[in-house]
Amino acid sequence: MFAIDPGRLDLVREFRERPFGPHSPELQAVLNVLRAARHCQNLLLVCTRPHREWILAEKQPGGLPPRLLTDRVFASLQEAEWHAFRVRWEAVTGQPLPPLDPA
Amino acid sequence: MPRVLGYAEPLSVAPGEEIRFMVGTLDGPRRYRAEVVRVVCGDVAPDALKTVRVPTSIDGEHAGVPQPIHAGSYAVVERPDAFAGLTRFTMHAFIQPTRVPMRPVPQRQVIMGTWAEDRGTGFALLLDEAGALALLLGGRLISLGAPLTARRWYHVAASVDLTARTATLRQAPLAEHTPSLERAIERTLTLDASAQPGAELFLAAARRGIEAGRLATTWHFNGKLDRPALVRRALTSAELAAPGLAIAPEDLLAAWDLGADIDGERVSDRSPNHLHGRTVNAPKRAVTGHNWDGTAMDWRRAPEQYGAIHFHDDDLHDAGWAPSLTTRIPADARSGVYALRLAADGGPDFWVVFYVRPPRRGPRASIAFLASTATYLCYSNYRARMRPGPAELYIGALPTVDTTDLLLMHHPELGGSTYDVHSDGSGVCHVSRRRPLVNVRPTGRLWNLLLDLCLLDWLEAHELPYDVITDDDLHAEGLPLLQDYAVVLTGCHPEYYSREMLDALAAYLGRGGRLMYMGGNGFYWRVSYPASHPGLIEMRRAEDGTRAWVESVGEYYHSSTGEYGGLWRRQGRAPNVLAGVGFVAQGFDRSSYYRRTEAGHDPRARFIFEGIAEDVLGDFGLFGDGAAGLELDAFNTALGSPPWALVVASSENHSNAFQLVNEEMNVSFAGADGQFSAAVRADMVFYEHPAGGAVFSTGSIAYVGSLGHAHHANNISRLTLNVLRRFLDPSPFKPPTSR
Repeated sequence: MFAIDPGRLDLVREFRERPFGPHSPELQAVLNVLRAARHCQNLLLVCTRPHREWILAEKQPGGLPPRLLTDRVFASLQEAEWHAFRVRWEAVTGQPLPPLDPA
Repeated sequence: MPRVLGYAEPLSVAPGEEIRFMVGTLDGPRRYRAEVVRVVCGDVAPDALKTVRVPTSIDGEHAGVPQPIHAGSYAVVERPDAFAGLTRFTMHAFIQPTRVPMRPVPQRQVIMGTWAEDRGTGFALLLDEAGALALLLGGRLISLGAPLTARRWYHVAASVDLTARTATLRQAPLAEHTPSLERAIERTLTLDASAQPGAELFLAAARRGIEAGRLATTWHFNGKLDRPALVRRALTSAELAAPGLAIAPEDLLAAWDLGADIDGERVSDRSPNHLHGRTVNAPKRAVTGHNWDGTAMDWRRAPEQYGAIHFHDDDLHDAGWAPSLTTRIPADARSGVYALRLAADGGPDFWVVFYVRPPRRGPRASIAFLASTATYLCYSNYRARMRPGPAELYIGALPTVDTTDLLLMHHPELGGSTYDVHSDGSGVCHVSRRRPLVNVRPTGRLWNLLLDLCLLDWLEAHELPYDVITDDDLHAEGLPLLQDYAVVLTGCHPEYYSREMLDALAAYLGRGGRLMYMGGNGFYWRVSYPASHPGLIEMRRAEDGTRAWVESVGEYYHSSTGEYGGLWRRQGRAPNVLAGVGFVAQGFDRSSYYRRTEAGHDPRARFIFEGIAEDVLGDFGLFGDGAAGLELDAFNTALGSPPWALVVASSENHSNAFQLVNEEMNVSFAGADGQFSAAVRADMVFYEHPAGGAVFSTGSIAYVGSLGHAHHANNISRLTLNVLRRFLDPSPFKPPTSR
């Protein structure tokens, strides 16, 4: 199985600059792993103010409503994608992302 | 979340006609404000929402009251006299439970009986909280204590003799193709109870009581029920063990044939007593029964193998709310997309969308916008994105909902969409508009109606008069609805089509009509409108295609019409035949652009590109900065695209999230995404119809989201206007003669 190389910060930068694709095949492979990991695949965004505010939420089994993570509030979809990427990277690779150079 | 909800009846009205709104509040009585508006542009960007207030008699503040929704299907036999005072009797049936035990909250599930919770009287054959066969009689419950296995057929019976104070319960798994370690279990238990008073008999539910003047039920059964019967005597063990044994007619109290009247609500009793019943909340009929052997796939060819009904505790046909507001649409009202806007403190507004068609007699516009109301309904109350699963892998981004969508997870009684599964995991094949439709609105997800409003906004910006007609009108009226229009424009995603709707569009083209198919993945699934269930659509996700769930084997034929369900592509009427293109790929993260092709420079296509110098088209737009996105269609003569049609532009460079759909991959292969496969594209197609009309197809759902870019001054807007103007010109089109 493909495993993420935590040293490939170039792919991290690629995602931060362009979260919605098209992606390089290597970044796509990373995203496939992050988004398919069982413990990180249930994220959802709930728009609380149209066009201005989104809250991260976690989908729940058994037909229950999503759990809103009210301390995770974003002003853009890009910001939310970047947050999800970072927390998943750490959850899957076991290593937090180091600070990146300014974009 | 909104605190006040509603729905409209009828869906489509003409000026001067009456419309009723059923309004209900959440969390107790609450005052709300109502106003009728015509919607010109949806909330697609900050400050984009444009509505025009239409004064009516119902404007203003109203006192709202809660109106409950009683979801859950069942059948009821309203003959209390027939079931009174039984002292020796037997209930038996074939069942295939699909939710045992009930989780997360254990609950009883009634197979059949007269049990009434509010009265504490009656009898019922049921599954107890653990999913074991049980008998409830006069408040006494006895159980076999052995939970049934989900999705396995059983013969179940309770033979009751109150004079002997005994009851015999028996559950016997049927021999099937799959091996089982289960054996029949039969026990005779002491039952000290007296004969019960008469009450209506239910299949798959028990009476809860009368609530707000309406019958409410509980303990709904999830699964299939086949050949339920009541016998006037306590059958012996030998008789219980031979479920095929004929019972003398004089001993039969009732023997319901659920395989009869499949297209309607009636439940027929084959006994001499005529204890007929009716179904409530549209359970699924035309389903395989306990004796289905795989030799027949069509219920009409082997009705005896389709003697079951599949009940669900979350089926819903008609919320049955009392009308709250009734008004007459002003006689001079413009045709358009309208809404009753409901506002209450503590939550966002709720939009009850309806459509004002042109006057029944009188002037029409030259342009008709055909609102995809069948598709809107099939997507209505879509909650799949809020349930765990790998949605993000096919979207290519985080799924996004808003607080109004959350209503669906807090109020499961609102019912699901055809993209959802029931609480037992089986697919939702019925959707009804007789309930609040949470996501058919000019706000929220950029999809369906909200995107289609971009097209109306564009027509308004160009001061092009238009009428709004609906799929529902088209299904009911056919060609006469269309024949006076010079041009018919579809919405961005007319995915669900009945045969009647397809026939009408084909007939319209056959009379020289001009069709602008303004979207992607259109004319894809067959749906039917059951005559017996107003407001309902039936669909079956059979055999092939991009499916939110997969139809059960042997259940591909619609119950309402007997039509074979599934993709039109698998039924000789691929979308390509009508539109010149058909669905090939989807992705939901980012859109791309079209490039004018060599065929786009053909003199036949010159009018399309009048005033457009650039070859790259639509590299901008509301959804993902491009006109080619979301769901894409391509030209394919093998599927019926007219060979003389011109592919005037094609999209390219789609993101990795775009994948070929499975019906385009007979054998799965690598490199099927937008970065690797040239087959992942939208084709913009134009063809002249032999009858003098023409068809223009964009092949992309995202297209209409580009029309408004730069205040409608852009190459997609110009191109669309070029096509529309030529299509409005009555000069006939002539196909090339040598192709």
